[in-house]
Amino acid sequence: MTRGERHAGAHPRPGSVTLAVGLRQSWRGLTSMRTALVLLFALALAAVPGSVLPQRPLNPFAVDRFLGEHSIAGPIYDRLGFFDTFAAPWFVGLYLLICVSLVGCLTPRIRLHARALAARPPRPPRSFARLPRTASVTTTLPPAEVAAAVRRRLRARRWRTETRVHDDGATSVSAEKGYARETGNLVFHLAILGVIAGVAVGALLGYEGRAIVVEGTGFTNTAVAYDELDPSRLGGAADLAPFSLVLDDFDADYTDGGQPTDFRADVRYAEGFDEPRRRTTLRVNHPLSVAGSRVYLLAHGYAPHIVVRDKDGRVVYDEVTPFLPQDGSFLSTGVIKVPDVSPGLPQIGVRAAFLPTVDLTRDGRLFSGFPDARAPAVSFEAFAGDLGLDAGLPQNVYELDTRGMVRTGGGFLLPGETSGPLAGGATMTFVGFREWANVQVARDPGQRIVLVSAVLALAGLMTSLRVRRRRIWARVIAGPGGTLVEVGGLPRRNVEAFASEFDRLVAELREHLPPAPREPAAPQPTADAVPVSDVRDSREAP
Amino acid sequence: MPVDQGLAELSDTLLLVAVLCYAVAMIGYAADWAFGRPLSLRPIAGGATDTLPASWTQTTGRLGAAHPRRGAAVGAAAVALTVLGWVVHAASLTTRGLAVERVPWGNMYEFSSAVCLAAVTGYLCLLYRQPVRHLGAIVMLPVIVYLGIAGTLLYAPASPLVPALNSYWLKIHVAAAAIATGIFMIGFTTTVLYLVQDARERRGRGGVNEQSRMPSVSSGGRMPSAASLDAVAYSLTAFAFPVWTFAVIAGAVWAEAAWGRYWGWDPKETWAFITWVLYAGYLHARPLPRWHGRRAAGVAVVAFVALMFCYFGVNLWISGLHSYAGV
Ligand code: HEM
Repeated sequence: MTRGERHAGAHPRPGSVTLAVGLRQSWRGLTSMRTALVLLFALALAAVPGSVLPQRPLNPFAVDRFLGEHSIAGPIYDRLGFFDTFAAPWFVGLYLLICVSLVGCLTPRIRLHARALAARPPRPPRSFARLPRTASVTTTLPPAEVAAAVRRRLRARRWRTETRVHDDGATSVSAEKGYARETGNLVFHLAILGVIAGVAVGALLGYEGRAIVVEGTGFTNTAVAYDELDPSRLGGAADLAPFSLVLDDFDADYTDGGQPTDFRADVRYAEGFDEPRRRTTLRVNHPLSVAGSRVYLLAHGYAPHIVVRDKDGRVVYDEVTPFLPQDGSFLSTGVIKVPDVSPGLPQIGVRAAFLPTVDLTRDGRLFSGFPDARAPAVSFEAFAGDLGLDAGLPQNVYELDTRGMVRTGGGFLLPGETSGPLAGGATMTFVGFREWANVQVARDPGQRIVLVSAVLALAGLMTSLRVRRRRIWARVIAGPGGTLVEVGGLPRRNVEAFASEFDRLVAELREHLPPAPREPAAPQPTADAVPVSDVRDSREAP
Repeated sequence: MPVDQGLAELSDTLLLVAVLCYAVAMIGYAADWAFGRPLSLRPIAGGATDTLPASWTQTTGRLGAAHPRRGAAVGAAAVALTVLGWVVHAASLTTRGLAVERVPWGNMYEFSSAVCLAAVTGYLCLLYRQPVRHLGAIVMLPVIVYLGIAGTLLYAPASPLVPALNSYWLKIHVAAAAIATGIFMIGFTTTVLYLVQDARERRGRGGVNEQSRMPSVSSGGRMPSAASLDAVAYSLTAFAFPVWTFAVIAGAVWAEAAWGRYWGWDPKETWAFITWVLYAGYLHARPLPRWHGRRAAGVAVVAFVALMFCYFGVNLWISGLHSYAGV
């Protein structure tokens, strides 16, 4: 029987051909180590689409773009769930199957291992000659004392021992060590189950959302405040822990080459819906914990303050609008939509770019030379007509639909400057700018379970890979030239490392036992096969 | 944070010197292998090892001690050069770190250099405990290739870190990943060597007499037996796997602090996971009788390919949140 099968069919029972047998067999199949192997390969393979295709939870726009570009493969992938691989039914099914397999595989192993832990080290084999390591010592001490000395030596080295007196008058000491291997292995596999359980708890009870907060404004932890929210699956948006914060100031440091070195967001916050008073600084890698949630600084950008006036100088638009950075120079783009100019006049849309450090290329095009706002400017293109807001469809605030509009002009503004007429005599003023921070708010109640399980898994794994199971027997018998001690050792794997351990033990024994005048030659191990069945991990027994 | 250009240049020069040392050492190993007298494997552990059933000797790491032989001087010189290369290489990494006043594994170039240093360290540690000099040439080869790629395609001038990478956990995470990758790398090399030797033994040309399992002098007896190569490959992988596991955990801790979730199936994370699962598959496959040997080795090779993809493939072809991709 192969090792895996032996392991799987830990309790072979004769059974009639019934449904129960069929079920039991498929159960055994599911819990065999070979199946575990197949499941692992399947898991590795199943994760691949999730890494090479765009994923909805990470980047929904990229998925849409992919669908647009691949008219044949796209919909097929979509139906297969490849754009949300890790929530696809087949992926979830696979790891549930692994859970079932693990439970089925661990239950009998835990029982067997518990029994092995309670059992006494086995009787010595009839002949030591077939063991991979043997030695013998003769001494003048009486057998009982010798057996006690051997036992003490082994105990001191934390071997489990069992002393037996045999019919032929010999006393034997059986010793075994390395149970931690199986313990570690069981802890590892149980901890894997713990990790999966923790992930499930987080997926069901946790939430995560992102919001852009402009300097000088606040954020309240309610569903409407988010730009994007992935609420808890069981509790919904009602689960959001109440807290609020205000972004007082945002700062970024750069090297002279324009590489960022530090981001800081000074915030005030409070639990519940009190006035935010407590101050702290949010940084990348240093989240804020409040009301059981954590607040992270993810990204930042600029929000120009734009005012639009109609031909009579009446303010029709006065907002600080977050623009999205496009590259490392923080050239940022955004859109201004002015639906209500004056009765009878067309709506105005502006496509604009914010340049933190404006500069000119040789051929006269504008670009941003540095990410920090050293010489900010706004360049824009204005459109007049119908913004398409009345169609009732939700619009992307960062995109302008110009199908119902005509371009009326463009230009370039420094802070404080006002443009010429855009449409219908309206003008635009670039008042100044503020910075914004993109914060992520998350709560994951499964996180601690996952961390503790992962650490346990690691500890179990290291134990399981380092520790080896091994046995030593000593037979003590009175002989004509003194007391003869025969010692034999049987390691499970790694004979080499065991050999030195064994030799050390024997040398110690020699030191502690007064030698008899004549010592017979140590028996040489023969080249026959060693009885494999002598030491087995409990998972292979019986 | 200013960058000390002088130190940075010194670091680059030292790396070049290290690569040269390794290259010459590799030639030495190859010469040792080709012209030295065949190596004879001494039966070990009281003669019992070779008679044990395979499953009992799987982790018998010994390749057998070499008898004194001709050509040994070349081999010894190669080892000396490897040690010298290692010292220079370590100095290169250290000066890079001093030049930028941070840990020297902040971009792909530095990481690659650290991986190779881990690989050579692993090889030297192995050599200290066992006579594995025969592996020298083949261990040096991927190290030189890897360093070559690092120094040319991936080269990045010394510069400070972007804020997201400036974290305590990240340093631990990347260091563990570099060590694991380096050890997996020599494990992979040994596995490939095992597959080659196994094929030779099957064709009866491996230089190991089936009866005595002792090398025959006639042909290519310089190769250690397939079984012992397999054992070395296993012990390397079994060492690196928990380190990789730790690296993944440390990465998750960092991701939690930086992005607000410990795991997000970002491409880098996904491939780290795939690699982990495949190596777990290798550890699972080995004890199974039908998988022990070549099939399990095949799994290890696939796992290493996944590891390389996790590193080069993801950084260069798929971009994710890991701003590490700064080539
Ligand atoms: C998520 C799924 C699993 C993972 C990641 C996993 C991982 C591992 C790893 C890394 C080892 C090596 C540790 C060692 O050699 O001591 C191992 C060993 C083992 N696993 Fe799993 N395992 C999984 C599922 C299972 C299942 C379902 C079974 C049930 C049959 C199983 C049975 C075993 C056994 C018997 C060993 C001991 C092999 C040996 O030490 O010779 N594993 N597993």
